[in-house]
Amino acid sequence: MSDQPLQIEPSPPRSDWRNPTVEFRKGTFCHAAAPKNLQALGLPNPRDWQPTNEDWQLPPDWQGIILEGMKERLDKFRSFRLFMDICVRCGACADKCHYYLGTSDPKNMPMVRAELMRSVYRRYFTLTGQVFGALSGGRELTEAVIKEWFYYFYQCSECRRCSVFCPFGIDTAEITMMGRELLGLLGCNINWVTKPAADCFRVGNHLGIQPHAFKDSLEFAADELEEITGIRVDIPINRKGAEVLFVMPSADYFATPHYYTLLGYMSLFHEIGLDFTYSAYASEGGNFGLFSSHEMMKRLNAKIYDEARRLGVKWILGGECGHMWRVLHQYMDTMNGPADFLECPVSPVTGTRFEHARSTRMVHICEFTADLLHHEKLTLDPRRNDNWSITYHDSCNPARGMGLLEEPRYILKRACNQFHEMPANTIREQTFCCGSGSGIGTDENLEIRLRGGFPRANAVKHVREKHGVNLLACICAIDKATMPTLMEYWVPGVEVAGVHELLGNALVMTGEGERTKNLRGEPLPAVAAEAATPEVADA
Amino acid sequence: MNLLYSIIVLAILTGLASLAGLAPGMGVTAVAVVIPYVALLVFLAGICWRVARWASSPVPFRIPTTCGQQKSLPWIRSARLDNPSCGVGAVGRMALEVLLFRSLFRNNRAEMYEQRYVFGDSKFLWLGALAFHFALLVTALRHLRLLVQPVPRFVLALDGMDSFFQVGAPALYLSNIVIICALAFLLQRRLRDPGLRYISLFTDYFALCLLLGIALSGMLMRYVTRVDVVAVKRLAIGLATFHPVVPEGVGIVFLIHIMLVSALAAYFPFSKLMHMGGVFLSPTRNLANNSRAKRHVNPWNYPVQTHTYGEWQEEFHDKLKMAGIPLDEAYDVRSATPD
Repeated sequence: MSDQPLQIEPSPPRSDWRNPTVEFRKGTFCHAAAPKNLQALGLPNPRDWQPTNEDWQLPPDWQGIILEGMKERLDKFRSFRLFMDICVRCGACADKCHYYLGTSDPKNMPMVRAELMRSVYRRYFTLTGQVFGALSGGRELTEAVIKEWFYYFYQCSECRRCSVFCPFGIDTAEITMMGRELLGLLGCNINWVTKPAADCFRVGNHLGIQPHAFKDSLEFAADELEEITGIRVDIPINRKGAEVLFVMPSADYFATPHYYTLLGYMSLFHEIGLDFTYSAYASEGGNFGLFSSHEMMKRLNAKIYDEARRLGVKWILGGECGHMWRVLHQYMDTMNGPADFLECPVSPVTGTRFEHARSTRMVHICEFTADLLHHEKLTLDPRRNDNWSITYHDSCNPARGMGLLEEPRYILKRACNQFHEMPANTIREQTFCCGSGSGIGTDENLEIRLRGGFPRANAVKHVREKHGVNLLACICAIDKATMPTLMEYWVPGVEVAGVHELLGNALVMTGEGERTKNLRGEPLPAVAAEAATPEVADA
Repeated sequence: MNLLYSIIVLAILTGLASLAGLAPGMGVTAVAVVIPYVALLVFLAGICWRVARWASSPVPFRIPTTCGQQKSLPWIRSARLDNPSCGVGAVGRMALEVLLFRSLFRNNRAEMYEQRYVFGDSKFLWLGALAFHFALLVTALRHLRLLVQPVPRFVLALDGMDSFFQVGAPALYLSNIVIICALAFLLQRRLRDPGLRYISLFTDYFALCLLLGIALSGMLMRYVTRVDVVAVKRLAIGLATFHPVVPEGVGIVFLIHIMLVSALAAYFPFSKLMHMGGVFLSPTRNLANNSRAKRHVNPWNYPVQTHTYGEWQEEFHDKLKMAGIPLDEAYDVRSATPD
C-alpha cells in the first residue's frame, strides 16, 4: 500500500458478474493455511500453496466433492436451502455491507456474494437451471469459481448486517459459512483461521499459550494490578469445586488493549469475592471453528462444558468477546449440551437468577455486572475516567446474534461521565463491523480491513468532531485487536478499550491504596490535573 | 439483455394467445380451459413440492437475527417484536414482516459526501413493494366475483372501496393505478440503479413484465374493449365447478390475459416468486431468541473428535506440575501406574 490514504469512491459496476476471474492483489486476501495446521486438525488436502498460485492443487475429484458437499448441506440446513431459493434481488442489502461501501466491488454486495453460490446451486440442483442454464442465472462450477468463492467468502466478516435489512431475513453469514465449509473440503482454508483453531484444539487457546505460560500471564497481570491498586488478587486455575468457571478470549491475557479489560475483570471478581476459577484447558472462549465449519466449531467448543463438568462448577461466566458469544448463545447448548450437570446461574452477590440463561447456564459478564450495578453492589468513581470521552461500538455478534445492547451501555454510563452515541444507523442492530471479523483480521489483508472498517471509522470520526470522543469502547476481542489500527488510520487520536477496563478504572475497591493511575498505568485525570496546576500558577 | 429476453417471451405468449383467438373452437378451448387447468395444477403441485422440500431440511440451530434488546434482566426493557423471546413474539415479528415488510422499512441509503458516508432514510422501496403487494391482493380478491356465485359480501364491499372515486364508467379501480405505478417503479429502479442492473437476472425482469402484461391486459378489457363480463363469468364458474363451457365472444384480450395469468401460475413454483412461501420459513425471522433459556435440539447432531482433558493433561503433565496447576488424579495416567 502506498503512503497516500485510501480514497473511498463509490463507483458503478461495469463488469459481468458471471465472469468469475479475480485478481489476488496484495493486501486484499489472506494467506493459505499451512499444511501442518490442516494436519493437526485432520482436515483434507494439506499442501503448500498460496492463492496467487496458478495451480491450487485441488483434489482430483474436487467438483464432485463440492457438489456432494452442497447436497449434504442443503439437506441439513433449511437456512441454506431456503436462502438459495428466495432472494428476489431487491437490492436492499447492497449498501448495507461495509465491504461494499469500502471497496465498491460489486461482488461485495450481499445479494451478489450469495449469487456466486446460488448460480452454482441453480445450475446443478434446480430443474430450471439444468434446463435453461445461464438464462436462469446458472453458472458452471469451474476452478475459477472456486478461486472467486475463496476471495469473496473470505471477504465477508459474517457480521449479519445485511440480514437485518433483508425482507426475508436472508443471512449472508449462513451462505458464507457454507461456502467456507465447502472450500474446506478441498483444503482451501486460510491460515489466520486454521492456525488458531489448531492451537486451540491442542493447547487450549487460539494463541497456543501453554498452561504454565497461561499462569505466568495471569500472575503478571495480578502483579500489575497490585501496583495500581495496592491489592493482591487471587489467580485460581483449574480449581475444583469453585462456584463459577470464568472463560474469556485468550487475547484478554495476551494482547493490548484487551489486557486492561482482564485487569478490570480481576478487580471486579476480587471486590465481590466471587468464588470462581480460570481454566488452563478451556482457556479460550473464542471459537475460530465458527469461521471454518460447524463441525470445527463444535470440536473447539466442547471444552467449555467438559471442563465445567470436570471442575464441578455451578455455572459459567463469559468474558467480552463477540463471535465467542454468537457460539455460546446460539450454538453451544445445541451442539454440546444439555448442561444438566450445571445449575441455573444465580448471582452470588445479588441473588438474581439469570432465567434467560437457565438452559445454557452461561452468563455474559456485561449481564452479570449490570445486575451488580443495578443493585448498587459496587462503588464507582466515574471521575477516574474523565480523561475519556467515550462512544460505544456494538460488536456485531452480541448485537445481531443475541441482542446485548443495553447492558454494556448501562455499565459505561455508570462508570464514565462522558458518553456519546454514534449516529443511529451505525449502532445497535445496525452496527458496522470493524472490517476484520470472522478471522480475516490479519495484516496481509490490511487494505480490505481498512476499507471494510471505513464506515465504522466514519461514524467514530463524526462523534470525535462533534463531541471530542477519544475512546471507542467495545466488547469484542477482534475489535480490540484490529480497531486500534483502524482508528490510527482513519481517526487518529481515538483509543480502543473494553467495557470492563472502564469499569475497573472506576471501581473503588475495598482497602485499595490511593489510586493515581488507571489500569493502563497512566495518571488518573485528577492526578494529572494536580500535576498540571502548579505550572499554570507559575505561568 | 435479460429484459429483452423477458419481453420476447412475453410477446410469444401474447402471440400464441392471439393466434388461438383466431381459431375458435380448438384454440380458444386450449387457452381458456386446458392451459388454465394445467397451470393451476403445476402451481399447486409445485408450491407443495417446494415448501415440502424446504420443510424437509431441518433447522439445526436457532439463529434469529436479533434486531433489538434481548430479554435478560427484568429491569431492562426488551424489544418484544424485533427480538422476540417467546413463540408469541416470534409470531408477532412474522406478522409485521409479512403484512408490513418490517425489515424493508428499515432501509436506508448510503451516500458519500467528501469521504464521509451519510445514511439517509430511504422508504421508496418499502412503499413500492408494499403498494404492489397489497394492490395485487386486492385485485386477486376482487376476481372472486367472477368465480363465486353469489358474490360474497366482502368481495362486493372491497369492490366498492376500490372504485371509491367513481371516476368514469366502468369506475376506475384504485388498485389498477397503484399496481401499474408500483410495477413501473420497481422496473425503472431495476433498470436505473447500476448495482441492481448488474445482478438482475432474467427471472427478475420476467416476473415484472409478466405482471405488467397481466395488469395491462386486464385493464384493457375493462376500460377499452369492454369484455363481455357475463361470458367471462360463465367460463370462470364453469372452470371452478369443473364443468367448463367455452363461451362465444370473450375476445382476444381476454385470452391474452388468461394466458399470461396461466404462465405466471405455472412459472411461480420454479421462480423467485416462491419468496411468498419462503418468508414464513426463514429461520432468522421465525424463531424466538431464547436459545440460552430453552435448549434447541439439532436432529442430526453427531459426536465429534475433541481433544479431551485427559489427553491434554497427559501432554502438558510436566508443565502443569512445574507451574503448580492442580493435576486431576482421575485423569493422571502416570501417578496411577505404580513406581
